[in-house]
Amino acid sequence: MSEVAAAPLKRSRPASAGAISVGVRVLAGIAALLLAALPLLATGAPIIEAYGLMVTGALGSAFAVSETLTRATPLILTGLAAAVAFRAKLWNIGAEGQLYAGAIATVVVGTGLIEAPAFITLPAVVLAGAAAGAFLMLIPTLLKVRLGVDEVVTTLLLNFVVLLFVQMLLDGALKDPMGMGWPQSPPVVPAAELPEIWPRTRLHAGLILGIVAALVLSFVIARTTFGFRMRAVGENAAAARFAGISVAKTMIGVGLISGALAGLAGVGEVAGLKGYLTSDISPGFGYAGIVVAMLAGLSPIGSVVSALFIAAIYVGADSMSRALGVSSYLADLIVAMALISILIGEVVARRLTRGAR
Amino acid sequence: MSFVSAGGDDAPTVLALEGVTKRFGALTANDGIDLTLRRGEVLALLGENGAGKTTLMNVLFGKYTAEGGRVLVERDGALEPLEPGSPAAALGAGIAMVHQHFTLAENLSGLDNILLGTRSLWKFGWGGARRAARTRLQGIIEASGLAVPLDVRVDRLSVGERQRIEILKSLYREARVLVLDEPTALLTPQDADRLFGTLKKLTATGLSVILISHKLREVFSATDRIVVLRHGRKVGETATAAADATSLAEMMVGSAVPKTVHSARTPGEPVVVLDGVSVSAEHGTALDRVDLKVHAGEIVGVAGVSGNGQGALAALLSGLAVPAGGTAQILGKQVERVDPGGLSTAGVARIPEDRHQDGVVGTMTVAENLALENLKTPSVSSRGVLRLSAMTSQARKTIAESDIRCQGPQSTVRLMSGGNIQKLILARTLGRKPRFVLANQPTRGLDLGAAADVARRLDEAATQHRAGVLLISEDLDELLAVADRIVVLHEGRLSEAGPAAAADRNAIGLMMSGQAAA
Repeated sequence: MSEVAAAPLKRSRPASAGAISVGVRVLAGIAALLLAALPLLATGAPIIEAYGLMVTGALGSAFAVSETLTRATPLILTGLAAAVAFRAKLWNIGAEGQLYAGAIATVVVGTGLIEAPAFITLPAVVLAGAAAGAFLMLIPTLLKVRLGVDEVVTTLLLNFVVLLFVQMLLDGALKDPMGMGWPQSPPVVPAAELPEIWPRTRLHAGLILGIVAALVLSFVIARTTFGFRMRAVGENAAAARFAGISVAKTMIGVGLISGALAGLAGVGEVAGLKGYLTSDISPGFGYAGIVVAMLAGLSPIGSVVSALFIAAIYVGADSMSRALGVSSYLADLIVAMALISILIGEVVARRLTRGAR
Repeated sequence: MSFVSAGGDDAPTVLALEGVTKRFGALTANDGIDLTLRRGEVLALLGENGAGKTTLMNVLFGKYTAEGGRVLVERDGALEPLEPGSPAAALGAGIAMVHQHFTLAENLSGLDNILLGTRSLWKFGWGGARRAARTRLQGIIEASGLAVPLDVRVDRLSVGERQRIEILKSLYREARVLVLDEPTALLTPQDADRLFGTLKKLTATGLSVILISHKLREVFSATDRIVVLRHGRKVGETATAAADATSLAEMMVGSAVPKTVHSARTPGEPVVVLDGVSVSAEHGTALDRVDLKVHAGEIVGVAGVSGNGQGALAALLSGLAVPAGGTAQILGKQVERVDPGGLSTAGVARIPEDRHQDGVVGTMTVAENLALENLKTPSVSSRGVLRLSAMTSQARKTIAESDIRCQGPQSTVRLMSGGNIQKLILARTLGRKPRFVLANQPTRGLDLGAAADVARRLDEAATQHRAGVLLISEDLDELLAVADRIVVLHEGRLSEAGPAAAADRNAIGLMMSGQAAA
């Protein structure tokens, strides 16, 4: 009988709202790709050929696919870091710094601190990297919940602090004595390396780590009391607080998870891809993770999909720019435009789904 | 106490609405409404929340454009259509509206607020114009009796004074039709009477007034004619002198109005003891050395105009604030730290004042909102993992028992009506058989049926489950009907408790405005 009373409002809203949300995201991705035609035109490159080269560069061969997957690996993890934090309205803009913190820990633990077989060393490296990222995010989170310091500012600025710290380490404590003077760390020992998962490519087990993290996070958000608290705090902190949920504890938990995920991205780049630390292991993966998460509507599984999309743009644009002599910054431009498109798209989607109110 | 005003049956019509229809998506907020207003009369627009009163007035005022029908305004003896969707046109035609939430710039004086927007900023000679304006205003004040300090910043004025500024603003702009949206919501009974006295004077000079209200009592004492709206339709029109309260209420609700129940009960042990408690001003007006006892099996009503310390009292009893002085005991336990969750598990049910902001997470589902305070109970989770199917079936049961109108356990709360959200909160909090219930403005914004339902659940909690109930409300009638004892809150001070049965409306009203020893 309550169903009857609600009849005038029945417009199958949840389903259509979901469809609109996904549709808007796909359209935003397409719009960003189309908008890339403008800078391409400005350089005088042949448009159709350029798009063709991007597609083959990202997906045209087994090697291209492996490169895209390799590039997606850190993006999945930084995307998850942003998604989990943003769910609780903890604006972690510091995944870039947390990634480097994870990378530092990988080098510290992985270059001879422990001499043990891989089944001990590797987990130790992974845990150390996650812990380092989590610790770095703990500082701004505590400042936010205890003193009300804006975490957007603190996390963003910590990125520069960490990067300078990395440069200092690479010129000092962590400098490779065999590195011919290059600012790079010694390589991690074989027992600390993430195994290659596709022979004769650069693809490493970090991808599996990312996908597992996405699945676990998805479960945590939807099915656990911690995830429930996190959603309640993110969507209405006042009501959560009134109901007796500790906003501070929840934020701290979320901050630790977010930082740990970004730290894992750093572990993957050092222990899986490069083997050693330099101050340019991340061309902005931390920031791109924000786009990944936004494009995915803060869904963990969605973040895997959107990370693959963004990675394909990077790899495809790289390859295209080499072939046509166009600046490879085009990829950053497309990713930035994807973020702007999705932000505009979300406003439009909200208008569309509101309608009847 | 109806009175003879300038408006009689033969007074000319100044305003007419013809077949006004306004839709929002699938909802028809106004459905072919006709209405006429004569010169010098006070017309009551009576209806429950959501009946379409405010929407209709927003159409009149040009804030909304109606899908059908038109608005006619008298000009030089003839009715002419008003340009739709243009507040400027409405203002130009002499229609003014005083909203429930005032539209005043708090950091400007009353005079500046009144003059704001009446003159171009590019004109010179502002000082001379101000003097002329002041003289004119003084004349209006004398004629209407709307005494108010013109040079004091608005944020230092009382609510009643702010309202007078709003009305003066309309009169200064030569309004011929004044629309008042729920004007007594924030007034003490005395201030309300004073407002109605002013209206009487103003209508005698030819002003016409539309009074939006859902309170029958004030409609009877202050209006000449009554139009009743229900679900967007006009369902009745009558001269006030010929109307009777029961049939009006039934017209408003659409069925017989449920009577407020007040069961016989005897108070037991105290569940809340406040002894000289002060609470800092973090939650609005501070509480100042308050003594209060609430016993098991009784309902204590807290009367007072909003903003006199209700926020701090509620925060203290919700576990969101600690005493800055004195001692507070809730269920035998001293309040020493901020711990809303602890109070909730100890057996305190808290019904928040702002149910949308503090009571529910709008984007989460009914099932999730029902579990919000009970996350750790075995029916909701085990070992940190949610028991989704148990939550859903529990929610389905609660929805049926409490008659919550929604599309099921998995529908989001955001789209539900205020009354249904309140039912959800009541089910969540009272369902756990609490020993103390804090109900802060639990019927605000609810229609009569939903409000009666809330009162019934509170009565049940006090009578059958022997809970102590503290009911904070602005609605004195509600308190007198529901509570066993009544205390009055004014500027953070609490009066002695007196039995509700022997309470005198007038005396309480005086205490609410601080004019009697509290």
